Amino acid sequence: MLAKRIIPCLDVDQGRVVKGINFVDIRDAGDPVEQARTYDAAGADELVFLDITATHEGRDIMHDVVRRTADQIFIPLTVGGGLRTVDDMRAMLHAGADKVAINSAAVKDPDVITRGAEAFGAQCIVVAIDAKRTGPEKWEVFVHGGRKNTGMDAIEWAVEAEKRGAGELLITSMDRDGTKDGYDNELLTRITDRVRIPVIASGGAGTLEHLRDGLEVGGASAVLAASIFHFREYSVGEAKQFLRDAGIPVRPS
Amino acid sequence: MVTIVDYGIGNLRSVEKAFHAVGAEVLRTDDPDTIGQAERLVLPGVGAFGACINEIRSREVEEAIHHAIDGGVPFLGVCVGMQLLFQEGLEHGTHRGLGLLPGQVVHFHKAENGAAANLKVPHMGWNVLTPTRSSRLLDGLDEGGEPYVYFVHSYHAVADDEADVLATSTYGHTFPAVVQRDNVFGVQFHPEKSQYHGLRILENFTQL
Repeated sequence: MLAKRIIPCLDVDQGRVVKGINFVDIRDAGDPVEQARTYDAAGADELVFLDITATHEGRDIMHDVVRRTADQIFIPLTVGGGLRTVDDMRAMLHAGADKVAINSAAVKDPDVITRGAEAFGAQCIVVAIDAKRTGPEKWEVFVHGGRKNTGMDAIEWAVEAEKRGAGELLITSMDRDGTKDGYDNELLTRITDRVRIPVIASGGAGTLEHLRDGLEVGGASAVLAASIFHFREYSVGEAKQFLRDAGIPVRPS
Repeated sequence: MVTIVDYGIGNLRSVEKAFHAVGAEVLRTDDPDTIGQAERLVLPGVGAFGACINEIRSREVEEAIHHAIDGGVPFLGVCVGMQLLFQEGLEHGTHRGLGLLPGQVVHFHKAENGAAANLKVPHMGWNVLTPTRSSRLLDGLDEGGEPYVYFVHSYHAVADDEADVLATSTYGHTFPAVVQRDNVFGVQFHPEKSQYHGLRILENFTQL
């Protein structure tokens, strides 16, 4: 049976982890490569690096980080943040990313999803959607790190992204992000009911029950989490044990 | 020495690194002479069946692959590289494969044995291998816990001859995850992304 995935996410700026784990056994808690190795050993099913650097130098540093990480871990790695063109995607995939996540660029030019899927296969194109509730049963798409409202309906955009060739969707609730109140399962359900590609839940995980609910109630195929793992509130192993006890199929860690 | 057929499809770095991790030397090439004389041959593949086979044919490496296999060298197809072993792929039209194994490659939603219409595709993530017969490729797979491996694919093989199937996995329905006929092996999943169990399979391959 296909296991539900647990995916830690690391924010990387100028080659350093911004929000990271404070593991005692880590020599350099700011080194994304070392953190990736720690999560790999702990049983994480995939990893996401979010590149929050805005500069060109930062992009070169990121390629180097991805290259060094891919040399040492044997689980899939997704990289997102600032990727605009098919060439940007190619450079990141060649550095060693298994998938690329695109967000603002896909909103600006939806055809970039199709071109990316044709060039590299749909399986490595993740469309990331930052959604904010703007009314009862209404969510809109925000871009540029959540600063700009596009006015687009988030559920319709998810459907459109699938149609254009996305292999997976990463749905972040901006209302829940950082709150530790749990994923927006209503938003997730709306989307998972409408699309036939895997959906990763993001934004709001604060407890192990939240992970379970994102999978069971929201219908997600995977749950992304940052702070609950980084700050050692729970280990990946504890999360998996909890989900397994709840009857959810997970890969043993 | 493991020779990886590098025919311009996708990034082979992770496959190469995984073989390094199990102590193998690796050579990447699309030169037909080098492929024809390989000690061990690996055929990766990502993206569409038709695009992959067309690229192989345009580089004239198909004959070299057959030559190496006829000579008895261990051969491993990975992901689409495994699908290419079959006679026919039905991804965006009908494409003739390498024809080493009888059968077709079909979409998860189109399989005859009743796939759920609402199945999320690609089949993406970790799933369990169920061996159907013993093989040196799958040696030691029961060590290190349940054999979960990482899959990413929308199409899967339907083998006409069950004897070619070494292990299955189940998503919507049961499909071949590992195949073998004589010296020809194929894995539908990505061993280079499957941690312990994936590396174990690659290590076994280097010792065949």
